[in-house]
Amino acid sequence: MDSDNYENLLKRLSAAEVVILGGSAGSFTPIFNIIKMLPQTYNKAIVIVIHRGKNNFSDIENLFGDNCRILVSEITDKDKITGGHVYIAPANYHTLFEKRKTFALDVSEQVWYSKPSIDVTFESAADAYGDKCAAILLSGANQDGASGLLKLRNKGALTIVQRPTDAEIGIMPQAAVDINAGEFILTSSEILKLISASSTETQSS
Amino acid sequence: MSMTDDISISELDDLILLIKQVHGFDFSSYTKASLKRRVLRIMQLKKLAFWDLKNVLVNDPLFFQEFLDEITVNVTEMFRDPTFYKALNTQVLPYLATFQHIKVWSAGCSSGEEAYSLAMLMQEAGLKDKSFIYGTDINAEMLAQAKRGIYTLRNIKSYAENYKQTGLPGTLTDHFTIMYDAGAVHNELKRNTLFSVHNLISDSVFNEFQMICCRNVFIYFESSLQDKILEVFYNSLCNLGFLCLGSKETIRSEYYRKRLKVVNSRENIYQKIG
Repeated sequence: MDSDNYENLLKRLSAAEVVILGGSAGSFTPIFNIIKMLPQTYNKAIVIVIHRGKNNFSDIENLFGDNCRILVSEITDKDKITGGHVYIAPANYHTLFEKRKTFALDVSEQVWYSKPSIDVTFESAADAYGDKCAAILLSGANQDGASGLLKLRNKGALTIVQRPTDAEIGIMPQAAVDINAGEFILTSSEILKLISASSTETQSS
Repeated sequence: MSMTDDISISELDDLILLIKQVHGFDFSSYTKASLKRRVLRIMQLKKLAFWDLKNVLVNDPLFFQEFLDEITVNVTEMFRDPTFYKALNTQVLPYLATFQHIKVWSAGCSSGEEAYSLAMLMQEAGLKDKSFIYGTDINAEMLAQAKRGIYTLRNIKSYAENYKQTGLPGTLTDHFTIMYDAGAVHNELKRNTLFSVHNLISDSVFNEFQMICCRNVFIYFESSLQDKILEVFYNSLCNLGFLCLGSKETIRSEYYRKRLKVVNSRENIYQKIG
């Protein structure tokens, strides 16, 4: 990526109020690496939607919480969304955004055999946040997330897709690339560097 | 215009107003993001564009019931969240056992899975003869299914996984008569249940209960409406009765937080105190 392009990308990311990370199989490690690196003073809200089993008590939030400086919690219905906080979508619910910057959970049908569905979260973010949102779609083995990402892109949000060849399983990011939902296609280490750069910018401002 | 076209939040507001004017049903305190998804789903299922939908809602008197049935989310499981049933078994049932009668209200019961799960739990605890489970919902179609108590084998298999994790003795299929690709809940369990239409938003208290379960229903309502329904529940509970909400739902009203003691914070089980 040339430096002008990179500057533009960084500026766009810095303008976002909320950053959503979506992924399935193979996305845990890249997401974990991002969250681990975030400073306590990070000013955006981060929302993580990872596919997980319905009675899955792997306690991702504890694992993240114990290893991170930033506040991490699992989402409870109608939680207020604030900056400097990592929110994790609970198993067996869809996570949606409401206009008044709160979450709303939903137990309706699975989407792409998944609950939480990344598409559902992305679509509602397009309505609630529009261009005040950045979304990143990572590794995974089905097509969830692609159409929601396209909706976000059409509303002016910053959309980033992990380079399919860089992903442990490329099906999910490839589906997004195929419909041109990602404005930027980056490797996981480029994504990490980018968020790291935006977080230091946050600190100094 | 394609059938799956998006609708804006202001179009959704229009629709809410229209329904209120024509049918007297008020969706204005429903969570907008999920309501929008349900409306888009109906448009897709019925192959209606947005203006078509508004048109049939005004001109076809029978369509509104269908619309209402589809708007409500009917996804449910037997023994959903096995840890919840575990908590009931160890923390709540010993207390309920001291009551003369145990009347349980499964509010927003959809096709009856939760109501029958509670009936099975009571039976396993030896409390069947003094317990009675009332299941209510606004969706008449789902209540008819609940009354039949027949579930597909595919569903029963997935519910059996939940059952195993509750630590209850035996297996879920002990409570069913299986035939071909479906299973019927045993009659002795059905005798202890009653299903009827009740609208949480407009109807009031209809009995006094020792336990009320209303899980994953509040998520579809904004906080103001949640408080209104909480009042109905509070007034429907006997003193020291139990209220169970979904594990990701929480009581935000200060007023009720003072009057409902937390029995299990992870599973959202509360007890009415004074």
